[in-house]
Amino acid sequence: MEILIAIAALGIICLIAEIFNLRKAIVPVTIIGLIAVFGYTVVRAVNVGKDVIGGLAIDGTKYFNMVIADKYALAFSSLFILLTIFLVALSPDFHKNHKPKLSDFVAIKLFLLTGAIALVTFGNLSMFFLGIEILSIALYVLAASEPKNVKSNEAGMKYFLMGAFASGFILFGIALIYGATGSFDVAAIQQAAVAGTPKWFAIGFVMLTIGLLFKIAAVPFHLWAPDVYEGSPALTTATMSTLAKVAAMAAFFKLAYSLNPVLSGGYITTINIVAILSMIVGNLVALKQTNVKRMLAFSGISHAGYMLLVFQLTSLTSAQANLFYYAAAYSIAGIAAFAVVLSVCGGKGNQEIYNFNGLGKTNPLLAGVLTCSLLSMAGIPIFAGFFGKFFMFSQVLQKGIGATSAQGLTTAIVLIVFAIISSIISVGYYFKLIIAMYSKEPAGDKQEAVPFAYRAVAVIAIVLNLAIGFYPDLVLSLIRRTMLIEQLFLK
Amino acid sequence: MNVSFILIILLFGAFATWFVGDKWAARAALIFSSAAFAATCYILYRFNVVVDPKAVASPELKLGLTKLWLNSPRVGFIFRADGMSLSMTLLTTALTPIIVYSSFGNLFPKTRAFYALIMFMAFAMVGTFLSGDGFLYYIFWELSLIPIYFIALLWGNGDAEKRKKAVVKFFIYTFAGSLFMLGAFIYLYQKGGSFLDTALYSLHLSPKEEMWIFLAFFLAYAIKIPIIPFHTWQANVYQKAPAAGTMLLSGIMLKMALFSIIKWQLPIAPHFAAEYKYIFVGLCIAGVIYGSVLALKQTNLKKLLAYSSLAHVGLVAAGAYTLTLDGFRGAFLQMMAHGFVVVGLFFAAEVIERRLGTQKIAEMGGIRIQTPKFASMFMILVLASVALPGTFNFVGEFELLYSLAQCNIWFAIVGGTTIILGAFYMLRMFQQVMLGEQKRVFADVTISEGVVFVLIIAVLLFLGLYPKPLVDFITPQLKEILSFINRLN
Repeated sequence: MEILIAIAALGIICLIAEIFNLRKAIVPVTIIGLIAVFGYTVVRAVNVGKDVIGGLAIDGTKYFNMVIADKYALAFSSLFILLTIFLVALSPDFHKNHKPKLSDFVAIKLFLLTGAIALVTFGNLSMFFLGIEILSIALYVLAASEPKNVKSNEAGMKYFLMGAFASGFILFGIALIYGATGSFDVAAIQQAAVAGTPKWFAIGFVMLTIGLLFKIAAVPFHLWAPDVYEGSPALTTATMSTLAKVAAMAAFFKLAYSLNPVLSGGYITTINIVAILSMIVGNLVALKQTNVKRMLAFSGISHAGYMLLVFQLTSLTSAQANLFYYAAAYSIAGIAAFAVVLSVCGGKGNQEIYNFNGLGKTNPLLAGVLTCSLLSMAGIPIFAGFFGKFFMFSQVLQKGIGATSAQGLTTAIVLIVFAIISSIISVGYYFKLIIAMYSKEPAGDKQEAVPFAYRAVAVIAIVLNLAIGFYPDLVLSLIRRTMLIEQLFLK
Repeated sequence: MNVSFILIILLFGAFATWFVGDKWAARAALIFSSAAFAATCYILYRFNVVVDPKAVASPELKLGLTKLWLNSPRVGFIFRADGMSLSMTLLTTALTPIIVYSSFGNLFPKTRAFYALIMFMAFAMVGTFLSGDGFLYYIFWELSLIPIYFIALLWGNGDAEKRKKAVVKFFIYTFAGSLFMLGAFIYLYQKGGSFLDTALYSLHLSPKEEMWIFLAFFLAYAIKIPIIPFHTWQANVYQKAPAAGTMLLSGIMLKMALFSIIKWQLPIAPHFAAEYKYIFVGLCIAGVIYGSVLALKQTNLKKLLAYSSLAHVGLVAAGAYTLTLDGFRGAFLQMMAHGFVVVGLFFAAEVIERRLGTQKIAEMGGIRIQTPKFASMFMILVLASVALPGTFNFVGEFELLYSLAQCNIWFAIVGGTTIILGAFYMLRMFQQVMLGEQKRVFADVTISEGVVFVLIIAVLLFLGLYPKPLVDFITPQLKEILSFINRLN
């Protein structure tokens, strides 16, 4: 909870700093503050269950169970904070033409982060709903943050309308669940769910699922994503496709398993079908795209599909670790890719692939970073993306082999085969970009100097990606070992 | 000092080559690849000579490396120092300096990137051969794909658009194959709880599981080798890649797959392999015939060599799938022999292309009159390629045909005809390329080019006349693998 408060306070400080004309201090102060909170979160995540920091009780179940700071929540929170540090670092150069608005943009990102953290630390459905609304409203504003650009307006409007429907679904679902169990408290709902509930509990649960599948842009609830991603300012697209997507996915998984630990076979089958569709449709449509932002949007849809494979689990602990690893690998590679997209397309009005022609000659560093991040997303070894896929595939096959019926194994193999096929398809468009960078001639117009922040973020992100590829335990130590959620819900 | 030292030299060499800049890159690559070769020789020496008679540890343990890397899944830095892996490492580290040196005659843009990628590729390939841990093996296997992709894409020849298509097709094909192999490895890990080669050998799989595992491996290897019907990427990529890339691909990279058949696929799924060996041997033999027939029709020198290579490696794969000691041994000998010959032949094609600027056989001719030295060296390579007795290739090819005869005499007969076919198209090619009236001016080979040919020919002739050390070196371990394969579950 203190993490939430600290970050929200940081956001307010940003707004106040603008009043007192301390604009130059906003970004450094925010980044330093976030780094401090990041450090605190990591230390807490590593030490969950142990009472180490000067008498602070770190069991996390305070505030009437509104917030549960278990390992899962803290690990994901630290990932979100890290991503926000990157996104804030990219801001000043991106908004250099709108200097007066900088404080607003940074503050909104910080509020977005509070929403994201609330989404993984909730212990109560009202907290969950607050989180998802804070996250979404911040994103609506960011999507429409270029008021003179028609496309940005379109993106904001579309996202708002569709998002509002999704929120409606979620709220309706929560209402039905409340009706069925008489509580908003997650632990109480779970007890009631295990004991047996009326039919509308299931209906409410499915409505919640639909709302969250919309937020993570899984097929068939993905139709908003490409237009919104394309229309929004590039930095907002980066936020949506990394932070927001990962936050929604983490929330979805936590919600599903904390409300209803014994998911029915039919539900899992539905999720599997959604996963397969997301992987295949996302990658197939991405093949046809010529706009890099749209391409990354569809690639994000397919990654959501891979992340949905996490529902094939044998142990909740390892599934959480796998999801966390995949999310970290995907989002850090995404940040690196977007940092390059920003630096290449920043001055230009569009993000077509031809902007990248000859980047290998004009700016080998950025080309190298983008190549690495694309290879990571494609799942080539030693980059973190490969280990993410590897862990997911392992988990699916483990479930299949452990299954008592032959059907379980068949399901696992079908999932793996589809995942492999879609990985192969994805190479097609990732390499389109790589080929453009290395084997086409640059357009000839003089390249602008790339701001230091863009380069720094790109390089740091890709180094992090490689580091967690070499030492997966670096990330996994945040989340592995016994977790509160495990003790609470799997007994 | 253990085998990981070779890997460290090569990886360090790749970075050093990059950082010394364009001017010195080629020389740095040559120095580091030669150092890796020297290290390999030293390790072989240590392997064969008992330095300390009181030492308890066997050379395998002493020179290998076992270190834990990841805890869950359990993956280790496990590098094997045994006959199989060391002989293939020797092939790689011996060919890498030759390949680097052979590129000295070309002026490449972005020189340092080119040589650094070659070094990195050598690193990945040596890693593939040395790994005793399936996961580590897979990582190296995939890592080797990235440098060759860039080498072929950026420094290749011919129309850029067509080249891109060929290279991307190659990448997607091989990537697809390896992903299925990854699936198989994960399945085996979930089954046995370990990626260790010896642990995987002793898994008890049901016949159905064995079938799927075998087929997943087969897809990966059949694409890489290539075996028909997965060969369609090959000729185009060989033709479009720069000479060094073609040499790396045909000389070493496809041996990764042949090696893996014996090291991973057959011992893990032996019963399926034994039951259906006729199908797989037959498929490989079909590839031999197909490659030879297509080679007959080629008018492009590099494509002709590509198809002849397809035929030769088809025979190697057939030998491996016979599951006999002679087949395995022949496969290993022929892999090494073919590695040297094919590098030599592609280099000869490159030498011609440097001077005449063409790959079309019809535009060549009349070279022998001007440069008899080059023609003679080319002749020796051609003869080695058609397995003339006295060359290294004869030893391997003979063992392979013998193993086919043990399997079924008809396989040997059909496979043997390819030698005749091979002799026919190779000699006809020699005639058209080298003999005849002088058409265009052809400068004599330079010293550096000559050195490459002499080195390769020396290796081929020496091992052709005296293959015993190599045979003795690999046989014990092949016997061990064979005992794993022939176990009664």
